Amino acid sequence: MSQYLVRRLIIAIPSLLGISVILFTILALAPGDPFEELATNPAIPPEVRANLRASLGLDDPIHERYFAWLLAMLQGNWGYSFVSRIPVADLILQRLPTTLLVIGLSQVLALVIALPVGVYAAMRPYSIFDQIANTLAFIGFSLPTFFTGLLFILLFSIYLDWLPFVYRTDLQSTGWKWWGDQIRQSIMPIAVLGLFQGAAWVRFVRSAVLDVIRLDHVTTARAKGIPEGRVINRHVVRNAMIPVVTLVALQMPIVFSGAIVTEQIFRVPGIGSLLISAILANDTPVIMAVTFVTAFLVIAFNLLADILYGWLDPRISYR
Amino acid sequence: MAGSIPASATASTAVPGRPRIGPWGEAWRRFRKHRLAVVCAVILFTLVFAVLAGPFIWRVPIDEIDFTQRLQGPSWEHPLGTDDLGQDLLARILYGGRISLAVGFAAMLVAISVGVLIGAVAGMAGGRVDAALMWLTDLFLALPELPLLLLIIYLFRDSLTGIVGQEMGVFILIVAVIGGFRWMPVARLVRAQFFSLREKEFVEAARALGASRPRLVVRHILPNALGPVIVAATIDVAAAIIAESTLSFLGLGFPPDIPTWGRLLFDAKDNLDFAPHWALFPGLAIFLTVLSINFVGDGLRDALDPRRVK
Repeated sequence: MSQYLVRRLIIAIPSLLGISVILFTILALAPGDPFEELATNPAIPPEVRANLRASLGLDDPIHERYFAWLLAMLQGNWGYSFVSRIPVADLILQRLPTTLLVIGLSQVLALVIALPVGVYAAMRPYSIFDQIANTLAFIGFSLPTFFTGLLFILLFSIYLDWLPFVYRTDLQSTGWKWWGDQIRQSIMPIAVLGLFQGAAWVRFVRSAVLDVIRLDHVTTARAKGIPEGRVINRHVVRNAMIPVVTLVALQMPIVFSGAIVTEQIFRVPGIGSLLISAILANDTPVIMAVTFVTAFLVIAFNLLADILYGWLDPRISYR
Repeated sequence: MAGSIPASATASTAVPGRPRIGPWGEAWRRFRKHRLAVVCAVILFTLVFAVLAGPFIWRVPIDEIDFTQRLQGPSWEHPLGTDDLGQDLLARILYGGRISLAVGFAAMLVAISVGVLIGAVAGMAGGRVDAALMWLTDLFLALPELPLLLLIIYLFRDSLTGIVGQEMGVFILIVAVIGGFRWMPVARLVRAQFFSLREKEFVEAARALGASRPRLVVRHILPNALGPVIVAATIDVAAAIIAESTLSFLGLGFPPDIPTWGRLLFDAKDNLDFAPHWALFPGLAIFLTVLSINFVGDGLRDALDPRRVK
């Protein structure tokens, strides 16, 4: 198992390097010069500008610039935000826990919906329940997150007035009431993201369970007189989860896209809303860092999926 | 031996009362059995027809400002109501639908072309080329689409709009980038199909007859690999429409004077409490389009799967 883990970690490194090359290429190809502002400033003579450029390594060959940039990124030296003058790394560390919490809880919600519904639908394929679940799943992942978010606000905040539609970090209350307020304002962002994911997963789970439920070992387990619930839990679901884990890992980029939209709608202070405000303010260092961090997180989640994979299917680890 | 002769003779004559149908006719017959898919295909064609022909029938200009008609609900004069400048929402939704659907189809074409090309090269070449291309595919699958889309549009928007004009520049950029991030599933599908098809007897036969490599690919392998690609293409249109709407919804897609569906939602989201119709209609338009495309894709999946016998 540990050998398998190490191998997966080593495979993840080229992917990260590949992503860093892509990001750097985009940045290097982009028009515009960071010294544009200085060039139009008559108080700074051209020689000073040229010296500055040389001292910052802007005239070096492209591969040297790439390695210098990569080294700086790896050392956590991500520069300063143009707008707030705070180190970018601090800014991201401030925002990251909120995003991870929203994404994590929404994934849990998606799992809580998708697993029972998908398994039950696969146990009775083409029944009324299956058809309703399938139609609802289609509706669920055809509703874009930004529209679901607006519909939720319209229904729960404006008509029913049950939930607040702005996520606040400066809640005045303390103790139990603080927890209550915190939960109330988190329900909608998490539900929007979780329902969207859950709808997609229902179909994954259903088709995976349908594939496993017809296998001989399931028939054998039933023939031995094991109760149906136990057959499903012990013999079907665990095996069906193997392909589902892969599909879920492949969905991670979509989850992050959804998180950016959700954070923007409900004004959740995570890295998604940080990215949008940075783009609107032309804050390049922050934009770069957030993009890199999301790419890194996607790879980290893929790695996690690989580990889960090895646990679900022990045969994989030995290969 | 003797018994096999009459058997082959009856097989070659068509069964009376049942006309011969080709593979496409067979696919159509199976598609019709998926009732929801047929209903959704009708809805989809209606929507496409509406956005194409609608502006010629409903001739209200999209940018006529009338402050006496601000934020009105649906009425006979404005069937879908008006926005905060008194502009007619029906006209704006019809116009925006053209852009949204055009982006969806164009981005799908980009994604399918790149995907088929990479998948075909990997599937035919095998070996090291295949390994390298698949590594690239896996790398792109791990890229976070939306942040990169935002980054690229942020960096390149101004220079491209300087060359080809604002509307066209953003259109090209959005189509290229959305298409450029969606080719991976198609490449994998095509590669897998190529691997199994190139070992089949009919390909062997064509090769034995002296068919060149390009001819083998274009005439014999590609047409047989097309079914799953068509299904993926359908789903890609829906995904591209959602991606474009998301960009516009974040205020970072098309410029403000072009009312794409996402842009209408972006403008409407701060007026939800007193003009809900403004957000509901464009949102419903996106939802209906995406839902019907997804169901049509589901129907096509059943119809184009040759292993399915019904």
